[in-house]
Amino acid sequence: MGKIIKFIAKRLVYSVFVLVGLSILIFFIARVMPGNPARMALGARTPEWAIERLREEMHLDEPLYIQYYYWVKGALHGNFGTSLVTRRSVAEDIKVFFPASLELALYAGIFMGIIGITLGTISGWYSNTWVDNLVRIISYMGIITPSFVFAIFFVLIFGFVLQILPTMGRLSPGVVLPPSITGMVTFDALITGRFNVFFDALKHLLLPALSLAMGPLSQGARITRATFVDNAQKDYIANERSCGIPERTIMFKYLLKPSLIPTITVFGMDFAAIIGNAFLVELIFSWPGLSRYGMNAMLQKDLNAMIAVVIVLGLMFIIVNTIVDLIVGYLDPRIGLGAEMSGK
Amino acid sequence: MEKKSLTQERLSRRWENIRRNWYKFSRNPLSITGLVIICIILFFAIFAPFLSPYPESAGKYINFYEASQPPNFAHLCGTDAFGRDILTRIFFGIRYSLMMAFTVLLLIVPVGVLLGVIAGYYRDRWLEIVIMRTTDIFIAIPPLILALAVCSVLTPSIYNAMFAISLAWWPWYTRLVYGVASSLSEEFFVQSAEVIGASKMHILLKEILLNCIAPILTKMSLDIGWIILIGSSLSFVGLGAQPPTADLGSMVADGSKYLPDQWWISVFPAFAIMFIVLSFNLFGDGIRDTLGVERG
Repeated sequence: MGKIIKFIAKRLVYSVFVLVGLSILIFFIARVMPGNPARMALGARTPEWAIERLREEMHLDEPLYIQYYYWVKGALHGNFGTSLVTRRSVAEDIKVFFPASLELALYAGIFMGIIGITLGTISGWYSNTWVDNLVRIISYMGIITPSFVFAIFFVLIFGFVLQILPTMGRLSPGVVLPPSITGMVTFDALITGRFNVFFDALKHLLLPALSLAMGPLSQGARITRATFVDNAQKDYIANERSCGIPERTIMFKYLLKPSLIPTITVFGMDFAAIIGNAFLVELIFSWPGLSRYGMNAMLQKDLNAMIAVVIVLGLMFIIVNTIVDLIVGYLDPRIGLGAEMSGK
Repeated sequence: MEKKSLTQERLSRRWENIRRNWYKFSRNPLSITGLVIICIILFFAIFAPFLSPYPESAGKYINFYEASQPPNFAHLCGTDAFGRDILTRIFFGIRYSLMMAFTVLLLIVPVGVLLGVIAGYYRDRWLEIVIMRTTDIFIAIPPLILALAVCSVLTPSIYNAMFAISLAWWPWYTRLVYGVASSLSEEFFVQSAEVIGASKMHILLKEILLNCIAPILTKMSLDIGWIILIGSSLSFVGLGAQPPTADLGSMVADGSKYLPDQWWISVFPAFAIMFIVLSFNLFGDGIRDTLGVERG
């Protein structure tokens, strides 16, 4: 147990360091941009004195490191400044939009894990048969297709041609949002026991989550298959067969567990793809999430909002990778948690 | 005389090596398919102005008389809302995508690799700490988000998009080369070079870098597809190439407004993206298997 605590503590120190670095990086990127953010926030016809006042308010007239100092001071108190476009508190906005993105990423992650590992296992178990070949072709297609293309195809097929799944927003018009407990509609609906809302929300989630998950799940299937086939030829499996251990036990207990290690390691990186592609997919599905908020902030050069979104997503990414490392440490006693941090 | 024969021998050995690798590579039908498609794509990209049926469609061109035609014999992939030939624009789009990918690689590979070699060789010194912790920071954020953020503060153009992708992508090379170089720096041949008194330059470039070539080449061939994907994502949201440039990502984005009736405007460019990425992935997988780099 002490090992786990030590590992988490080590990870924590590392995360703080990375977050500070990331904030400096993104702060610098956001502030070197040409043009006057105060003027852009207020519009071209605002009198000079108003712009000067906003500049002072935002500390834009001071050197960059002092601006950064003020920003960090605010951020530590949970205050990311006000949006330059909407003049609302960025932290408040993030509280509203983050759960929607988290929900989407969570479901995409679930699809990625379940479908990816299942496909990979089937493909590996029936290796070099037509099932295997079919899965391999499908997963290749999944890898090479950009997620926004999946999103467009899904909208076209399920939304327009078949008309069986909704393609806009989180809930059908007329359905009342359940009281916000977690902010994630499906969970809130389950907690309050409103199953019709749950199914409606689930239907809305399906297409965006699938478009996000297609690439990573294909990657997962490919890697699971490769390791599975690799491990199936090892001596210990032949030994177990000769001892008369049932095939089912061999497959799940002795083959699948070690075969999942590379897959789960890669899932940590694939999560980056999910968060990144959410920027496009949320836009296509009008999903009211943090990524769409961030995308709009970027398009409108809303600096405070942009910095905050990047920091929040960076934090999320670090947390996911810590969890992935913990799982890999559990699955593979040889790696353990005392080993070097992979940091991926 | 002796010296010449030595170089000759070295050359012939290198030649033998290349031939053996080519044999290994050509045994795999998928890799060959990838290579053939790449050659075809390159051919069309290079000679796009001569091969495309309506070269004027690549830029500012309006012909409402032929607007929004479905695929037919005059326009194999149809025309868009301005009457521009989609097939022509795809040829030019491939050209931009490839140019983008190669330029980005040209920018980041030398920088990333050199930093990786230095960090790997000077282990446990301040140089390693500075370089590797900097890459940690860049890797802490998904590359697409970093590229989007950088693009959004710059004026949107294809050059700034390349710059943004480069900024987001170099750390992966540093990390890759660092891993290889740090294990190489413990090897005997590096230590003996140190003992003989070879210059640091010689050790870094000739002893370590030359032995990192296989994983670097593999990553480069696989990365071309990914860079094209990211580039098309950037232009999909309007932060990459600007109209009227024929860019595959922005063509998909423009066409998606006319879905589902005029499906050909976005579907064919989307297929083009998938086709390029597929060919470079097949090719890259082949290179990886040939050079014996571990799957990663």
